[in-house]
Amino acid sequence: MVVDYQILESVAKNIRQSIIKSVHAAGSGHPGGSLSAVEILTALYFYKMNIDPKDPKKADRDRFVLSKGHAAPVLYSTLAERGYFDKKHLMTLRKIGSMLQGHPDMKRVPGVEMSTGSLAQGFSASIGMALASKLDNSRSRIYTLLGDGELQEGLIWEAAMSGAHYKLNNLTAFLDFNGLQIDGTNEEVMNVKPVDEKWKSFGWHVIEIDGHCFKEIIDALIEAETIKDKPTMIIAKTIKGKGVSYMENNAGWHGKAPNDEEAKAALVELGGEADVR
Amino acid sequence: MSDKMATRQAYGEALVALGKENEDVVVLDADLSKSTMTVGFSKEFSDRFFNMGIAEQNLMGTAAGLAASGKIVFASTFAMFAAGRAFEIVRNAICYPSLNVKVCATHAGITVGEDGASHQAIEDIALMRALPNMIVINPSDPVSAKKAIFEVAKYHGPVYVRLGRVKVDSIYEDTLDFEIGKGICLKDGAQATVIATGVMVHEALKAAEILESEGIRIRVIDMHTIKPIDEEIIIKAAAETGAIVTAEEHSVIGGLGSAVAEVVVKHHPVKMKMIGIQDIFGESGKPDELMKKFNITSDDIVKAVNEIIK
Repeated sequence: MVVDYQILESVAKNIRQSIIKSVHAAGSGHPGGSLSAVEILTALYFYKMNIDPKDPKKADRDRFVLSKGHAAPVLYSTLAERGYFDKKHLMTLRKIGSMLQGHPDMKRVPGVEMSTGSLAQGFSASIGMALASKLDNSRSRIYTLLGDGELQEGLIWEAAMSGAHYKLNNLTAFLDFNGLQIDGTNEEVMNVKPVDEKWKSFGWHVIEIDGHCFKEIIDALIEAETIKDKPTMIIAKTIKGKGVSYMENNAGWHGKAPNDEEAKAALVELGGEADVR
Repeated sequence: MSDKMATRQAYGEALVALGKENEDVVVLDADLSKSTMTVGFSKEFSDRFFNMGIAEQNLMGTAAGLAASGKIVFASTFAMFAAGRAFEIVRNAICYPSLNVKVCATHAGITVGEDGASHQAIEDIALMRALPNMIVINPSDPVSAKKAIFEVAKYHGPVYVRLGRVKVDSIYEDTLDFEIGKGICLKDGAQATVIATGVMVHEALKAAEILESEGIRIRVIDMHTIKPIDEEIIIKAAAETGAIVTAEEHSVIGGLGSAVAEVVVKHHPVKMKMIGIQDIFGESGKPDELMKKFNITSDDIVKAVNEIIK
């Protein structure tokens, strides 16, 4: 399949703008860790996954679970961009009565496969989905995205062990390795390194890539499909706040909304208009 | 009356029968299959049984994922770890999205016995009852336990089933019509009502016999479903007998007693007494010794009834 990188780049720009607009409209939320994962979700939803936005529950579809549920804005913006629901919903993010809850709710949002937000639970659920796919002899593949701070949860390692034990080669996880969490860098808060050796020793196939390079993401996804007897962890080196210069590599933008001026500046930098509506 | 059997054993047998009926039934355990009795299913349907190892959080998260993919999932471990250790995964990954997971927890209460307080869940009903979307069932005997398992398999959504370690007599015949949310009146009487759940139903029936020999006739209700609680049967008992004693192998905080009191105060206030664990931890010992020491025997129920009808 020929990859049109130009289209992927332009989709990623739209998604970044949607993240800024929705988080600005909400007045709260998590822009930093949403922006760092844009290329990963774009590659999955616009290149890799067997899905149909018009039939979100179709049998044998591929599934994506956002284990780092606080990055809901990137998931919602991607789903809207892909056509699961109208983009106007994005401006209701976190507002009362909205289907777009602060963290993803599978009961409310078409395309959301698992309710997440409490860290590591989505990853654990993705183990169950991969087991179900195997039981059903389905070609459905399961994708999940973890945060680096999330690796500090014990449940991650319980689930990692089970993924290797049951040889879940239909499961591909991404690590959004931006190095920052709420209280500072991973190193300051609770060191998670060496990440590659940890996953290898837990029995996973490990690929390390630049998480903002579409070619590397897609090559890794293709490689993951060739692995016969183990799940794959794609360690994606990313930049928190990627694309908005004042947010980049700044832990302060983990869970804070931009004000009017900041949002306008971000949209212009992302190639859009200085219009936050 | 058939031979004595633990409710966990009845659960294990029901699972095997369910496995034959329905290919979507999947069972998960956490290295306790020989104790929770999921072992029978694991042997007959090894492709649909997943041992998750000693990792109860992942047991529940994986169960959620299987259920999100259309499976009917039974997840088993001891009550302490199902309701306690994995509480927040049960809350956020199972109850919040209302997924079709049946948390079947064995070795509940102090009748776990010799293992002691660390393994004696006395707060699991309170924890599970507080979760939106969760159904809570505590069968009293092997017949109702088996029927309960068939019923929860038919029901779509999260359920917590509390099962015991010790062998108990059958109270019911195989013709029992078990309905989730409908308490069963086992004995009628007008002077007071004992509402019991789980192993305490046996004690309540013994208490009724003792009281009867003293000329006191009480009503005995098996409240196998603690949530949704059968309001009708409680209100009727309050109105017709004027006094209620609850009996549970669980803390008196947040369990059956609390659930009954919530109905009574709203609809028909009457005097109540609660037999249960009095806000203390259990300890090692034989089940019957512990029941005596923690004041949850038929004698304690008799005493409570005598006091309340004075």
